[in-house]
Amino acid sequence: MRPAFSVIFLTTLIGVGQGLFLALVAGQFYWVIGATDIPEAQDFYAIGSLLALVFMGGGLISSFFHLAHPERAWRAATQWRTSWLSREVIALPAVMGLLVLYGGLHWLDWRPVLMTFGNMKNLDLTMATGYLGAALVVALFICTGMIYACMKFIQEWASPLTVLNFALMGSSSGFVMATAYAGFMESPLEDFFAGGAMFLTIAALVGRIASIVRNKNIKYLSSLQSAVGLHHRNLRQLTRGFTASSFNLKEFFHPGSPALLPILTMAYMVSAFVLPIALMAFAWGTGSISAFALAFAVQYAGLLVERWVFFAEASHPQNLYYQKVA
Amino acid sequence: MSDPIAKQLALVIDLNVCVGCHACVTSCKEWNTSGWAGSMPDRNPYDADPSGVFFNRVQTYEAGTYPNTETIHFPKSCLHCEDPPCVPVCPTGASYKRIEDGIVLVDYDKCIGCKYCSWACPYGAREFDEESGVMKKCTLCVDRIYDESIEPERRKPACVLACPAGARLFGDIIDPDSEVSVAIREEGGYQLMPEWGTKASNHYLPRRKTRQVIHADELIRADNPLKKEGPLPKAKVGAPSLDDVTSW
Repeated sequence: MRPAFSVIFLTTLIGVGQGLFLALVAGQFYWVIGATDIPEAQDFYAIGSLLALVFMGGGLISSFFHLAHPERAWRAATQWRTSWLSREVIALPAVMGLLVLYGGLHWLDWRPVLMTFGNMKNLDLTMATGYLGAALVVALFICTGMIYACMKFIQEWASPLTVLNFALMGSSSGFVMATAYAGFMESPLEDFFAGGAMFLTIAALVGRIASIVRNKNIKYLSSLQSAVGLHHRNLRQLTRGFTASSFNLKEFFHPGSPALLPILTMAYMVSAFVLPIALMAFAWGTGSISAFALAFAVQYAGLLVERWVFFAEASHPQNLYYQKVA
Repeated sequence: MSDPIAKQLALVIDLNVCVGCHACVTSCKEWNTSGWAGSMPDRNPYDADPSGVFFNRVQTYEAGTYPNTETIHFPKSCLHCEDPPCVPVCPTGASYKRIEDGIVLVDYDKCIGCKYCSWACPYGAREFDEESGVMKKCTLCVDRIYDESIEPERRKPACVLACPAGARLFGDIIDPDSEVSVAIREEGGYQLMPEWGTKASNHYLPRRKTRQVIHADELIRADNPLKKEGPLPKAKVGAPSLDDVTSW
């Protein structure tokens, strides 16, 4: 498949935003249960929510560049019964709305107690909004992943690993961002976020390796024989039927050479996972905030490459029909 | 589609007949670019890197090893699947399957040009029109087949009418007595990529070989045991005959 930069930026940017939202909610929960007694700096969650909102907004804006008729984009929310893309179109603004609500409630410091548990801990409105937001973030990860995973004949994508990896890579980048942000705000949650970022980045690395291994061993169900319906062992295309270009030649093939994919795969393995883990380990040891920020920048660049490869390595069965000019 | 539809219009393409002349390609483009489904723009048509939108393509394949090869001309257009994977994925509802005749269409006024439906078609039957920014595809000439200003026998898709060899049949594959159903049933009609469960409505009739077995004794005239060629001996006048006209 041809990697579209609008979609690459959409999926990576909202991944950061969703991960950061998850980190904020997890951080608040960590603080609420009393894992640390130092009170949270004021407005930490509000500014963090704004930051997450900027990433989500960037992704949303980027998505419009994918549409030939952005003025009709509102229609894309209508087919949520059948279309994962439509579900994403609903879930994305819903997460952004919850972010506004979550950040706003923290900003206003409006936290009426909704419920008191037996151990005298309270569930206040901000925490409850956070839980709802986290649930929606998970829903959005599922929608985004399923857009690709539901294409059963694009066999590289048709796997639960696709959904899992979207969630893990998004959460990982969001937690790395949260760590840098917490360091910058001198928040006591920095260590908590750093631990989460480390764990999620390693998990994302494992998930991505699992999908690479799986995709290496795919047995393709379609063949030229099934595409044409002629079950001769030695069947080949003489001509695709035209010498000019067409949509079929542009949309379903990636513009790079076949040799490029393994190089880029190594590049993102290092940039999106290995290097950030090393940088974070270094930063954690030395308490360097700039190393956390650098880890985020390096990882984000790596995730852009990862997403490019994700599209490029997907082989569409229609390509069987477009193998030879003449 | 959950409800079974009452009628499913489709093409049946006889690969045994198709000569690969591309008349269906050009007639399709001519009819549709100027009709309801148009336009089908060409970009840089007389320049470097030309590109264009087509609803129908004729491809050519070869099977076997020289000299025992066979050339297969293979027309390919939207198959109007009974369970079209391109329809449920559309986020706007622009892509739809008509209940009344099973034709899969795009509502150009609703399409946002996200191209997701084209990803969902394993056959690559949809082509994006960059000029108008919407997805386009074969309509089975829906603006022609119901047009009462056209004489009834010509209310068929342009490609079917154009085919000089008669390789393309058009009709309702649910009606068991239709020309297409009979052809599918009796000539071994098959679907493309059945592995994805799309239940493609368009069917293809396979290449058929006509072979004759001649046994050795058939090469020798069994009624000429002396192996002498020449006029048969004349029967005597008055000799008994079968019908008083021919002689033995």
